[in-house]
Amino acid sequence: MIFFLQMLVTGIVVGSVYALVALGFVLIYKSSDAINFAQGEFLLIGTYVCLTLITAYNIPFVAALLIALIFSAVLGFVIERIVLRPFIGEPVISMIMATIGLSSVLAGIVHITWGHETRVFPKVFSEQPVKLGEIVIAPVYLWSLLIVFIMLGIFTLFFKYSKLGIAMRATADDQQAAMSMGISVKMIFAVAWAIAAIVSAVGGILLGNINGVNASLSAIGLKVLPVAILGGLDSIPGAIIGGLIIGILESLTGGYLDPLVGGGLKEVMPFVILVLILMFKPYGLFGKKEIERV
Amino acid sequence: MRNPFVMDCGEFHVNYKQDMAIWKISRVRMRVFILLAVFAVFPMFASDYVIGLATLCGIAAIGAIGLNILTGFTGQISIGVGAFLGVGGYTSAILTAKLGLSFWIAMPTAGIITAVVGGLFGLPSLRLKGLYLAIATLAAQVIILFVISRWDSLTGGTAGMVLSRPELGGFVFYSERSYYYLMFIVLVITTIFTLNLFRSRVGRAFIAVRDRDVAAEVMGIDLFKYKVLAFIVSSFFVGIAGALLGHYTMVVSPELYSITVSIEYLAIILVGGLGSVFGSIYGAVFITLLPVVLRSGVELLSGVFPDLSAVLIGMKEVVFGLVIILFLIYEPQGLAKIWKNIKDYFKLWPFSY
Repeated sequence: MIFFLQMLVTGIVVGSVYALVALGFVLIYKSSDAINFAQGEFLLIGTYVCLTLITAYNIPFVAALLIALIFSAVLGFVIERIVLRPFIGEPVISMIMATIGLSSVLAGIVHITWGHETRVFPKVFSEQPVKLGEIVIAPVYLWSLLIVFIMLGIFTLFFKYSKLGIAMRATADDQQAAMSMGISVKMIFAVAWAIAAIVSAVGGILLGNINGVNASLSAIGLKVLPVAILGGLDSIPGAIIGGLIIGILESLTGGYLDPLVGGGLKEVMPFVILVLILMFKPYGLFGKKEIERV
Repeated sequence: MRNPFVMDCGEFHVNYKQDMAIWKISRVRMRVFILLAVFAVFPMFASDYVIGLATLCGIAAIGAIGLNILTGFTGQISIGVGAFLGVGGYTSAILTAKLGLSFWIAMPTAGIITAVVGGLFGLPSLRLKGLYLAIATLAAQVIILFVISRWDSLTGGTAGMVLSRPELGGFVFYSERSYYYLMFIVLVITTIFTLNLFRSRVGRAFIAVRDRDVAAEVMGIDLFKYKVLAFIVSSFFVGIAGALLGHYTMVVSPELYSITVSIEYLAIILVGGLGSVFGSIYGAVFITLLPVVLRSGVELLSGVFPDLSAVLIGMKEVVFGLVIILFLIYEPQGLAKIWKNIKDYFKLWPFSY
């Protein structure tokens, strides 16, 4: 039972990070109908920038985090402007391939700049484990959970009350109507990309604190695909719930089934769930069903 | 004999039969035979290295034609080609190495098994479209690779398997040259089959599904049947390519079929031209030779910039991504379209007004 709870807690923490990264994903899809295969590289770049600032320039963690987030936002802006703008309204495959190409370019730049070896974050959080009853939790997990939920809270409020957030929802709903109401749709797309880059950077920095940083961290970019699909590509609450479900299932699979098959099932499980979900609910748990007309 | 390379100066078809003909004008036939002869004779004069590269290009072209049937012609995006190549390679490896069957049985069987697996993962295509389908095929990629790397007793796990070169009546296809001819024959058959496929009812149904699947259904095309059929036909050729590649490199192991391979194949059909058989071949040549050209470029420059070779891997990724993005922005219809533009320019040359 303790083992189960331990796995559950790990799952919730990892799942909340997935939820955060998937949020960026859903945001881009919602506003511009694009799917971003470069999300993992966004995450990687944000993390490396933060890490470099801390280790090479001795900047305190919080300041480095803020600079990395600003950097990510600018990166998101620039990429949307240069790479994605020409693909508005293009077929799905162009969009997919454009972001795949983008991810290849970014991955190459990361390899050239930072190399391949694993790096560790200097200890930011205390290492004294926290005991909740009989479960032992590392403080970094608690901090991650806290930060993720603060971020998710901020974004929920942002979409609900701020002018920009409402404009983004309007654009997602109907681009033409939004445009006729005086909303700059291009601006909204740019903001969506910037936010996506920011949330991935936060996710990456948290995961980097837990597991260390190397190029394989960008695999998260693929792993959030099942998360986003599970919740429904255009649903923000879906991304959060999907993230938690996938995180918990993954952690439980890792704990119980992996020893039986000799490992590796943990990475595949999200995709198995994905296929099953798609068989029964093609638009995910909370996705909007598209009605087609000829 | 008239010069076979003289261009026709326009379309002068007066009936449907002429429009559907595979040789639009009779001179094209001669032109194609000359080109085929050039490719058949070329290994006599080339070095083993060049022939090896040509073989790899050709195998990639076979797989790319397969993918193009699915993605370019039927509009079903697949990010799982890498794994399907793996299914082909492994089937052939298991049949030849474990069961001792001959390559000539193993290769078609590899195609058929891959077709079955492809059809299976194509089943969701009825309900899924566009992005959702793309991600379902991504799931296929991950799941198939997991099965391959875990099913130790059958596939040798992560260590992979060793294959032998095919043999025909005592003759073993060991030399680069002989394997090139093997690949060449398969490629020609694949190309002819695919060209003819799209002159048939089935091929036209595929194209109708791509253009607007709801409209196609209204016109009496059984969507489910044709979508799954597209997956089956496409995977068959991908499987054949996988078997050929496996016997060429003589080794199969899970990391040879990762998602990067899937992306590479998507890049091939994109750079070559979606929905173009010859485009797949141009794209295969382009993408296969890209790292080779890049490496020799770096070697050339390494005298000036000694650090350059250290960043070669990263540079490969950057260039690969840039090629995809630039093609998408400037010529979304790929090399096939560029080639067509060149030909069209010369149709009325020098009086092109």
